Amino acid sequence: MHATSSKKSPLVWAVHISVVLLVALWLFPTVGLFVSSFRTADQIANTGWWNALFTQERQRAPIRLSGDEEQQGAEFVIDGNLFSADDVVISRWGTSSLKPEDFEPGQVADLGDGVSLLVEADGAFRLSSPESFGDSRLPRVFTTAEAPPEFTLENYRFVLFDPNNREGMAKAFFNTLTVTIPATIIPIVIAAFAAYALAWMRFPGRSLLIAAIVGLLVVPLQLALIPLLKLHNDIGIGKGYLGVWLAHTGFGLPLAIYLLRNYMVGLPRDIIENARVDGATDFQIFTKIILPLSFPALASFAIFQFLWTWNDLLVALVFLIDSTGETTVMTKQIVELLGTRGGNWEILATSAFVSIAVPLVVFFAMQKYLVRGLLSGSVK
Amino acid sequence: MHPALQGLITIIVGVGGCVGYFYFSNQILDRVLFPATGTNAGRNINRANQVRPWLFLFPALFALGLYLAYPVFATLWLSLTDRDQGGAFVGLANYQQMFGEPKFWEAMRNNMLWLIVVPAASTAVGLLAAQLTDRIKWGNIAKSLIFMPMAISFVGAAVIWKLVYDTRPADKDQIGVLNAVWLEFDGGVWSIICLQLLPALLLFVFAAFMAWLIYQAVKPLVRAEIGHRKASMWLTPLRIFFAIVGAWLIWLALGAILSIFDARLPYGEPQTWLTIPFWNSFFLMAVLVWIQTGFAMVILSAALRGIPEETIEAAVIDGANPFQIFFKIKVPQIMGTIVVVWTTITIVVLKVFDIVFAMTNGQWQTQVLANYMYDKLFRANDWGVGSASAMIIMLLVTPILAWNVYNARKESR
Repeated sequence: MHATSSKKSPLVWAVHISVVLLVALWLFPTVGLFVSSFRTADQIANTGWWNALFTQERQRAPIRLSGDEEQQGAEFVIDGNLFSADDVVISRWGTSSLKPEDFEPGQVADLGDGVSLLVEADGAFRLSSPESFGDSRLPRVFTTAEAPPEFTLENYRFVLFDPNNREGMAKAFFNTLTVTIPATIIPIVIAAFAAYALAWMRFPGRSLLIAAIVGLLVVPLQLALIPLLKLHNDIGIGKGYLGVWLAHTGFGLPLAIYLLRNYMVGLPRDIIENARVDGATDFQIFTKIILPLSFPALASFAIFQFLWTWNDLLVALVFLIDSTGETTVMTKQIVELLGTRGGNWEILATSAFVSIAVPLVVFFAMQKYLVRGLLSGSVK
Repeated sequence: MHPALQGLITIIVGVGGCVGYFYFSNQILDRVLFPATGTNAGRNINRANQVRPWLFLFPALFALGLYLAYPVFATLWLSLTDRDQGGAFVGLANYQQMFGEPKFWEAMRNNMLWLIVVPAASTAVGLLAAQLTDRIKWGNIAKSLIFMPMAISFVGAAVIWKLVYDTRPADKDQIGVLNAVWLEFDGGVWSIICLQLLPALLLFVFAAFMAWLIYQAVKPLVRAEIGHRKASMWLTPLRIFFAIVGAWLIWLALGAILSIFDARLPYGEPQTWLTIPFWNSFFLMAVLVWIQTGFAMVILSAALRGIPEETIEAAVIDGANPFQIFFKIKVPQIMGTIVVVWTTITIVVLKVFDIVFAMTNGQWQTQVLANYMYDKLFRANDWGVGSASAMIIMLLVTPILAWNVYNARKESR
């Protein structure tokens, strides 16, 4: 590719570079959240996630020296190591919080009264004094060390599998799943029959109905909230799964009928006419011929409806989640976390990623159908 | 009962019920009501075929009527009544009360900004991305990645962008990208180029573009007055309206250019982006633009590929450069698709709720209509004003609704 591109005009290079920049810009926010979900709270709070991939210098918490003193000639000496792990390499160190990076490893610091301190790069130290230390408090050491990239799965364990975590996502995950699957399947069945009637049956008022459905496509569901909540309360459904399934079914139907009808109208007329001549009933034509042929359209609507119900917040807030919070969904859970744990990015990032992961998998796996659905839904 | 089990039963009952309904209603129609046997066989078959479409349509029509059509009227009625007075008719009192609230006008102003900025930015960037990615080999991968935010929920996007906008005290490392970038600017030459000259240039290009559009819109009117051609009657007010809106936008853009050079930017201080009045709305809009650009790109890319090759070849032979080909040959041919993309995104914008709800909840002057409505309905428990604001949203959607229906009718003829 390089060979061919370089022969062409510089415009081609400009295009490549612009696309790279555009893609990077679009990916950057999501990658940030993804990387952050694998970092500890401490790391997230101290450095930007874009530093997480590189080795970096980081100030460590101060360590108070300790150890048994030993008399060597006229001096009292304490030998030891600051760290129990052996892979730490110090780049700077100091003895006061004002100048935490005053000394290099191997330098000797004069602490006054003849006391001196030597700290090596690996954390080994040697504190010496002309007098015994006795019970006096030993000095603190501030260190700056190179920290290699470090990632953890602890956040995911805490958010998904910790039984003591009341704000965990496990229950919300299953609740979301419970909302999504029936709310995806039921409208497909209802819409498929209606779309068949609108596409292949002749009856007065058909074009008027189609126009009405196009109109209903854009009716904001905000209008439906109160009347329907009232209706659900009156007929005894109240807030719960049944209500949210029905609501999603109703709100998804216009798009479903529109997409499916547009697709079914394009199916070859001959097949259907032949089947009619052979004595097939409409019901048979529909189940044996139309449905199998319409698979691509069914798939694209299923993806739309799945993404929409999975990602929905408003319908769940209004029709599903009652005061007990037993039926909370992931989007609601994340909004709660934004309120109560606004600074705890490790929990927020992980929870958000748990909820994003499934739609992303569906998106990348079924992108073909999604694009096809979008095109038949709006270009026409 | 365990919800998962309940879900399973619902699927079975729902799907089974639907299929059973369709099957048995057809059976009853053919066997019991209008049997295709006996003396009236022919007439019965005709009658059955007249009834059958309605059997197929009934569940869908019932659900659509109950869940979308009925609420429009019910909400209209609710907006004219007062819940505290037992649902008594109060005329336009709710609307009056709403128009008296500064929060409502704040929401209206923000919604107008959203309506202009988000569709324009998404469509423009989407068109650019479509044009660029169509020209390279790995374009499909690039497309998928730009399209990806489509799959992310508004709430998830809100978390993602809150991390981008995060603020730390000045003496600590910034963990939000925007602040980290912001602190790189120190007021030197580069800062002036990037933060003052470049935006001013962009605004100027925008103003010039609007001026050109206004010229295109008004040109037929002027010509018609001179007497070359009759302008179609119903388009005239639309053109004038467009020209006025355009002029207002140019005025805004020029004012913004002045204020850019006038502004003293607080270099070196980390900003809490979501609390800066007026500008914070734009930081929220960025989230929706990020999500919707992929949609615009996919649709426009398909439209660009649908352009007949001959028109482009002819332009190439005539010596047009790539920019001329793009703006003079390609864009005019996909204008219809651009309008569709624009209106679709407009609808999304009018309904935008989750982003504002999750990121600022309408604080710091970021209120929008949908969130205002939610506040009224479920926090203040004021169904009258809540329904009134829902009707405002419906009113704003209506022109697009009418346009879509008009086009659908035209197509089916």
